[in-house]
Amino acid sequence: MRMRRSRITRIGAAAAAVAVLVAGCGAGTPEEEGPQTIRLVTHDSFNLSEGTLERFEAATGHTVEHLASGDAGAMVNQAVLTKGNPIGDVMFGVDNTFLGRALEEGLFEEYVSPYLADVPDDLKLDTRVTPIDFGDVCLNYDIAGLADLGLPPPSTLRDLTRPEYAGLLVVEHPGTSSPGLAFLLSTVAVFGEEGGYTWRDYWADLAANDVLVSAGWEDAYYGSFSGGSGGGDRPIVVSYASSPPAEVIFADPPVAEAPTAVVPAGCFRQIEFAGILAGTPVPKAARQLIDFMLGLEFQEDIPLNMFVFPANEKAELPEEFVRYTEIPDDPAGLPPEEIDANRSRWIDEWTEAVIS
Amino acid sequence: MDRGRNLLKSEVLKSGVPKSGILKSGAGRWLLVVPVLFFGLFFLYPLVRVVMRSLSLDGSLDLSPFLEILTKGSLRRAAWFTVWQAAASTLATLVFALPGAYVLARYSFFGRRLVRAAVTVPFVLPTVVVGAAYLALLGPGGPLGVDLRQTVWAILIAHVFFNYAVVVRMVGSFWELIDPKLEEAARVLGAARLRAFLNVTLPLLLPPIAAAASIVFLFTFTSFGVVLILGGFGYATIEVAVWREAVINLDLAASAALAVVQLAGVGAALWAYTRLQQRYARRLPLRPSGSAARRPRTPRQYLVVGAVLASMLIYLGAPIAALVWRSLDTAAGLGPDHYTALVRGGAPFVDPGEAVVNSLWFAVAAVVPALAVGLASAVVIVRRPGRLGARLDTLLMLPLGTSAVTIGFGFLVAFDWPVDLRTSLWLIPLAHSVVAVPFVIRTVVPVLRSVQPRLREAAAVLGASPRRVFREIELPIISRAALVGAGFAAAVSLGEFGATAFLVRPDRPTIPNAIFRLLGQPGAATLGQALALSTVLMILTTMIIMAIDRYRVAGLGEF
Repeated sequence: MRMRRSRITRIGAAAAAVAVLVAGCGAGTPEEEGPQTIRLVTHDSFNLSEGTLERFEAATGHTVEHLASGDAGAMVNQAVLTKGNPIGDVMFGVDNTFLGRALEEGLFEEYVSPYLADVPDDLKLDTRVTPIDFGDVCLNYDIAGLADLGLPPPSTLRDLTRPEYAGLLVVEHPGTSSPGLAFLLSTVAVFGEEGGYTWRDYWADLAANDVLVSAGWEDAYYGSFSGGSGGGDRPIVVSYASSPPAEVIFADPPVAEAPTAVVPAGCFRQIEFAGILAGTPVPKAARQLIDFMLGLEFQEDIPLNMFVFPANEKAELPEEFVRYTEIPDDPAGLPPEEIDANRSRWIDEWTEAVIS
Repeated sequence: MDRGRNLLKSEVLKSGVPKSGILKSGAGRWLLVVPVLFFGLFFLYPLVRVVMRSLSLDGSLDLSPFLEILTKGSLRRAAWFTVWQAAASTLATLVFALPGAYVLARYSFFGRRLVRAAVTVPFVLPTVVVGAAYLALLGPGGPLGVDLRQTVWAILIAHVFFNYAVVVRMVGSFWELIDPKLEEAARVLGAARLRAFLNVTLPLLLPPIAAAASIVFLFTFTSFGVVLILGGFGYATIEVAVWREAVINLDLAASAALAVVQLAGVGAALWAYTRLQQRYARRLPLRPSGSAARRPRTPRQYLVVGAVLASMLIYLGAPIAALVWRSLDTAAGLGPDHYTALVRGGAPFVDPGEAVVNSLWFAVAAVVPALAVGLASAVVIVRRPGRLGARLDTLLMLPLGTSAVTIGFGFLVAFDWPVDLRTSLWLIPLAHSVVAVPFVIRTVVPVLRSVQPRLREAAAVLGASPRRVFREIELPIISRAALVGAGFAAAVSLGEFGATAFLVRPDRPTIPNAIFRLLGQPGAATLGQALALSTVLMILTTMIIMAIDRYRVAGLGEF
């Protein structure tokens, strides 16, 4: 966390400088006037209530054309491949695990929205992108399942290497799954690369304690996890902080209490950003859309449609998100450039420690 | 030049009939334009563009990623595994599916049409959806009693499941056209049943078997979901490596280099196949349409039909039944609740009705060009048995062995000029049809090859124009095969989730899209609705294929 704070102060200083720069640019090159069509590129999980984007259109006169792409990784590469002649004007859904690559390629134009004042500082990683929401990848556990075994939920990551938790955990492969990668990053942040007990040692211990690895979140959760809608026999899984609320919202029949809960230790925070794609012909309209995304209407629409948490602190959470989960106080995080530089090596080393 | 081809040429020369029929050299040369344009524009050009772009992101072309991956041990391992698992899967699929092809081609029984269409269902099912059912069946508590999860056996078993239809339908549609009298004559002349089959029927069947095998080989060569979900992590195909570099490591250069290596492997395999296949093409008196199938009569025949159908039911039916059962499993016992929720619009994220409509439109928009291009290509391939035909045959198969990443990204990079079509809705069915064309070609070519020249010549002598000869002689014979190809094209489109995911497209969710979005959030309701929608996809596929199967080219009688 220390590293992150120092970074943020730097960003704060940079933001002020950039704001001046942007204003200067605006004066130099004439910007588009009147109603425009804004092409909004998002990943496949983007979803809003009917009418949310329409209200932006009604208020500004612009038209938003929504373009869906694959997942976040594919989306970044699509933008890299079409750099210089972008396929869209605004991109939503790049998260911090892929942000380093996007920034390195110079995909985005600087923009510091005035609405960022309502966003906590630790979500602001770079002035070229605007944090819109965040989701924590956390261990989830089957409340009844652990109770039957007479075990308390683990309180630290280290607990999972103890013999009584042998054969209880299912995780996703970081080389094939986004929550799997996030959890690996979390262990890197917690245990570190060097010292007496590194993240590699931790995973070797997990492997010795019979951790099960699935290819994707779907087969881990539905196939191997025993809680909620899971159909397997392992009571602990790597999932999201929003999974217990989802188990309540999508329960059948309705339930009074969530069947699963979150372990607040060892979570990794995925922050999703929106950015203005460099080279857009409609930068002014694009900035308006970014502002709208940070506004309360959009922000309060996020949780029940995308099952992540709004970045704007003033946004009110749905009741399920308040009652059935918790936002971890001190989630793990790593600087995007560090993730980008080491991702592939970490996955290889992880594979060596766990699979072979 | 091999012997068969020379023989064929001399036969044509000897006949001394004026050039006639679309299949004759000379006439209809313009047909070549169709496959060349389609293939060049929608496969080769995007492929070259995306590979060049990926290897020159810093401004200058950098070939070092090739050196890097070629010297890495992991590629060698992946390449070896890719090849041998594809070969083994192909062989296993043939062994399990040929009896099915036989029974469906030769016997008529109640529900035959339904079975023939329903075998296609596994083909369109997302692996993630079947994966859970499979893990249960292959686990220690499953009917096999052994734990096959995360072994190569799980991969092979699932590959047979997903590709069963390819063999049953491609070989079966040809088998149906073989006059049973040929084998009966051999029996009358004293050949034992097995010998009659081995010496008469099997040689005739080799071309469609080779065609089906080549498709299964390419499909399993680029296998992705099955290997990941069922095979565990001791195994990785090159396709998995291409995907991982592109989506997780974000290394476009490595991904492109791997895709080129994969394509080279596919090209080599196809080249060998084409050489082999030409040797076995032969002409035989095919029955134009109608069917040689008859009801089983002797107890022995009943036993054969019964046993094959029962094994199909268990093998294909069990995972599907598990899926359907779970879609009906609600809090209040078995019931249609998840389905009614879908209909009433209670489903979150995506309107399922809209997804069904989108999927149907994309299927239609994919089948039409796939059929047109496939038929034109088949005619050119058969008409020009020389180098050109063989090359075209090989080239047009390449998309099947190409990574979905490459096709999707390729479209995105290529179609920015003269008009920016990169985010056009039409790219979705186009991507589907690029993958579907080989199916049409492979089902039509063996049938077209076996049309006897005498038939055409006779018609020409009687004064029929080339077009008329094609319409009255060839079309009736190949229409059945073309329809089988069209069925596959529809299935490819309905179930496709690879290349589409790498396009940037207007948000028109298809059924697989909707299933994935529903599966994305935990909860009994979302899971149940995802499974219900999968069942809808299965029923829809069966209905569409049955409708295509029933369709006969208007005005063509049986003769």
